[in-house]
Amino acid sequence: MFLSMNWISDFVDLTGLDKMELISRFSLSTAEVENEIFNKGSEISGIVVAEIKEIADHPESKKLHLLKVDAGDGKLTDVVCGAPNVRVGMKTAFAKVGAKIGEIDITPRDLAGFTSYGMCCSEKEIGISDDNAGIMDICEDVAPGTDIKDLYEIDDIIFEVDNKSLTNRPDLWGHYGIAREFAALAGRELKPLECVNLEAFENLPKLDMKIEDELCQRYSCIQVENITKTVSPVNMRIRLFYCGMRGINLLADLTNYLMLEMGQPMHAFDSRKVECLRIKKFDKPFTFKTLDGVDRNIDENTLMICNNNEPVAIAGIMGGLDSEIVEDTTKLTLESATFDAVSIRKSTVRLAHRTDASMRYEKCLDPEMTVTAIGRFLKLLTDIDSGVKVVSALTDEYAFKYDTVTLDFDKKFVDRYTGIEISNDTIVKTLKSLGFEVELKGDDFKVIVPSWRATKDVTIKADIIEEITRIYGYDNFDVHTALAPLYPVRADEEKTVEDRLKDILVKRYSLHELHSYVWAYYDEYKALGIEIEDNIKLINATNPNIETIRKSIIPTQLCQVKYNTGYSANFGVFEVGRVVNGVNAEGLCDEHKKLAITLFSKTKSVEQLYFELRDILAVATEDIRHQELSFERIEATKSYQHLKNLNKIFCGGKEIGEIGVVHPVVSKKIDKKAVIVYAEIDVADFAEIKNASISYVEPSRYPEMEIDLSFVSDKFAPIGEAIKSENCDLIKSISVVDTYTDEHGKSITVRIVFSHPERTLTKEETMAVVDSITMKLENSGIQMKK
Amino acid sequence: MAEQTIRLKEELESKLRLAKDVQELEQIRVEFLGKNGLITGLLKGMKDLSIEEKKTFGQEVNVLKTEAAELIADKGEELKNAEIMAEINAMPDFDISMPGTLDRGSYHPITLVQRQCEKIFKSMGFTVEDYSEVVTDYECFESLNIPKHHPARDMQDTYYLENGQLLKSQTSAAQNAIYKKYKDALVNDGVPIKAIFPGRCFRNEATDACHENTFFQMEGVMVDKNISISNLIFFMKTMLSEVFQKDIRVRLRPGFFPFVEPGFELDISCLICGGEGCPSCKHSGWLELCPCGMIHPEVLKAGGIDPEEYTGFAFGLGLTRLAMMKYGVKDIRDLNSGSLKSLSQFTDDE
Repeated sequence: MFLSMNWISDFVDLTGLDKMELISRFSLSTAEVENEIFNKGSEISGIVVAEIKEIADHPESKKLHLLKVDAGDGKLTDVVCGAPNVRVGMKTAFAKVGAKIGEIDITPRDLAGFTSYGMCCSEKEIGISDDNAGIMDICEDVAPGTDIKDLYEIDDIIFEVDNKSLTNRPDLWGHYGIAREFAALAGRELKPLECVNLEAFENLPKLDMKIEDELCQRYSCIQVENITKTVSPVNMRIRLFYCGMRGINLLADLTNYLMLEMGQPMHAFDSRKVECLRIKKFDKPFTFKTLDGVDRNIDENTLMICNNNEPVAIAGIMGGLDSEIVEDTTKLTLESATFDAVSIRKSTVRLAHRTDASMRYEKCLDPEMTVTAIGRFLKLLTDIDSGVKVVSALTDEYAFKYDTVTLDFDKKFVDRYTGIEISNDTIVKTLKSLGFEVELKGDDFKVIVPSWRATKDVTIKADIIEEITRIYGYDNFDVHTALAPLYPVRADEEKTVEDRLKDILVKRYSLHELHSYVWAYYDEYKALGIEIEDNIKLINATNPNIETIRKSIIPTQLCQVKYNTGYSANFGVFEVGRVVNGVNAEGLCDEHKKLAITLFSKTKSVEQLYFELRDILAVATEDIRHQELSFERIEATKSYQHLKNLNKIFCGGKEIGEIGVVHPVVSKKIDKKAVIVYAEIDVADFAEIKNASISYVEPSRYPEMEIDLSFVSDKFAPIGEAIKSENCDLIKSISVVDTYTDEHGKSITVRIVFSHPERTLTKEETMAVVDSITMKLENSGIQMKK
Repeated sequence: MAEQTIRLKEELESKLRLAKDVQELEQIRVEFLGKNGLITGLLKGMKDLSIEEKKTFGQEVNVLKTEAAELIADKGEELKNAEIMAEINAMPDFDISMPGTLDRGSYHPITLVQRQCEKIFKSMGFTVEDYSEVVTDYECFESLNIPKHHPARDMQDTYYLENGQLLKSQTSAAQNAIYKKYKDALVNDGVPIKAIFPGRCFRNEATDACHENTFFQMEGVMVDKNISISNLIFFMKTMLSEVFQKDIRVRLRPGFFPFVEPGFELDISCLICGGEGCPSCKHSGWLELCPCGMIHPEVLKAGGIDPEEYTGFAFGLGLTRLAMMKYGVKDIRDLNSGSLKSLSQFTDDE
């Protein structure tokens, strides 16, 4: 919203104050002012009123005229002018030699063979409207030579307030409310609005008007006739133009002017079309042509202004074309009303049509304002057109009244909230300047909130704190730290585990952390041959590609792997992110935080890569929880899982995730030559693994004995089992040193390391263990190779 | 007889001179000092000598034996040194300027700024909370004093799920749970609530270089008996100076958010020009950074905390925006792109 300093100054005397400084204080205390502030009128100088005394046609140009004008300097000046509306006796805006218009310095200039000593200007050239059809036609009775800036309010400071910062301040949607803020900030008096006293028309007949729906809070109207003027005064048009509106005609301009001044939208109907005003909704949808000529679909929730059963306006949004003021209108009915804010906002959204009026109604306007606005409108109208006659009494139905808001608090409350000392005097003065009624007894305040702040804005004590402190100025606050007792801060275990996992993956295994979205990407999944797992869906995703929430990070991660195949022949990525596994018994989403890892390689075998990933997980659990992993083969159920080598991962007896190979169909679509393995771990389950304590074992001082045994077997598990089942204290470690295939089949060479804490081992005692192991294995059909 | 020892010594010396390696040296040692070596052999001719001569000659031979052993040992040392030198000389000069293969991992930039922030808050005694991405209407709106008809609830802003839950549109959605988690310690033991909660948020909007439907925020709250606006300003200034690692000036402007009262928009002095005015702050000298305010009494009440007794402040930092500012990321979409060309650049930055 654009605001005019001149307009504000109508209501508060700011003489002697730095306006720019005030605007910046307004920005810090009330609402955000955009950076660019316009110094209107500073672009032009030396433009005066001049009268056209003679007009001659240019000998060669049909468009150009040769003028002699009186610019008030006692002589006639030759001017070449191309405007179509020149006439003798016309007064216009004239830029003399030496004048400035923006970047242009006016100098004597040759135009088609004649010298022009100055320039006649259009309103657009002076910057006071967008009318460039001809030169300005000055109707005021004023002597030639008068500086145009003395005649009109061209010099002004215009600043823009961010509408978003006014959402909770219905009172700031007009200059008068803004002026109240400036008055409070400057410590000056706010002048009352000059209005026509409506009691004078009490004896005239009332209009036929009735509110038939509770969405209309208040409806006030009055009828006037005998309007003779059609064009608004220049100063009024300048203000409207500076504030972003175009001049139309006197009545339209006046309703707009009043809206910008008081924040109260008004509407003027042709009285012939609204003999029987009814405010109501309709049972059935229909189309309605608004005054901009557009047919709009009205539904049964939209409040309408009607003449009996004939709709004439969409309440609070826009008038209808048929009831507009037209040329032969002699009598008009002026509407000033308030409607339910939520209803207006919803209608605006449904109609996809936001207007200056609806924007204001959405903010909860003060219903107290409707009648004042009529009085103000009549004052402005009669000042311009003195013959105007009011022909009805004020007709006013006040259906919904907001409660008066009274707030009690004490000085201690203010002290506690602010943390600084603000005196009772300052509190009283500040609140009064903003229109609050204040009663102070000792340290106890009783405050009555003014009606224009009481519609939703100021309702509780804490709101009063804002009023006091913003005017006090946050820059003036003495700031200090809070004093609070000390207690140990306990870290969240899951968060700690997450951080440690990330560190191991990045620092030890050189993996890269990525983020992907929480939903399945239909197109990308399809391209990779990944089926979307059925899951809970978004109901209002604007992009149909992202509707279903993911059950696993792996598919979204594979889409990202696909995107990076050119990055390097070998890489690994991971993400700690959320998945949803349907809904639980209470109907709430079963959300889990997962760690997903994918390794990609064009040079390694799938087996190598698979074990690499297994070891990453084993090291992580060993490092963080000092526990070993175990696995359990499971069947593939998802489209991206390879049918083989899919394992559940267990740690400390707890299932924590799965490890697998990517299905060849998907893998080949990602990269024909690459192998891809993945694992997904539930972070909460991981965090719950018990931390096995570190128990130190002093290394034996006696030599260890290593024995290598080769078995014909394609699996390590039974061998490992057999060794473990010995339960022999002397066995310190078991490792696989070789696997190979020969004519007997696959063989595995296992190294067993023996040691005794207190003496050197004898060959006999170790061989006894070895014999027992081999015997067991032979019994289960696994031969030892000699 | 002395000539014989002298000659033998000379012979040894000349052979040693020619010896090229340890093997040859060993041969020489055996030849001269072995059991049947030349020096022992000298003693064989002794039987013809007188006792006196035997004694003298014996002594000479012993001297020669010692001298020979020394000579051989010296030569051995010399050969070993030569071998080391040869090994040293055999090593080529490496071209250390050769490009290497820098196989190192990377953190997501959000993780980096999040960790930096967490570190600052932990140092001031804040707990770091974790919260879900799917939340209820109550958590995201109702408990935050956002009434049913508030524009923030409009369908176009928030992603709703089939079961009536939603993807959280703001980290404030965790406030209610945090208050409930800590209110007993606050009321019974006087432990102030000091918590931050970083998390991912979602807004249903079209994406472009400046807009994402998925982004990170970090919420912070502090609640105690006498938390004031003055504390809030102090705290924000201190915290932001730590975040940006320079002395930051802050200013508050009134800002309307339903869950705080009074609510503020917080600006910081421009990081580029320091407040002088430059293109990146649109010549205002200030950057709008984060919303904050005193926690609305209704919000405290919903969390089970009596607003007549306790006050608190809350703020919300845009972690995504912070990461973009800090690392000069211009297109917000880079962060969720999964592109390793972009994201592998972010190494540990604490």
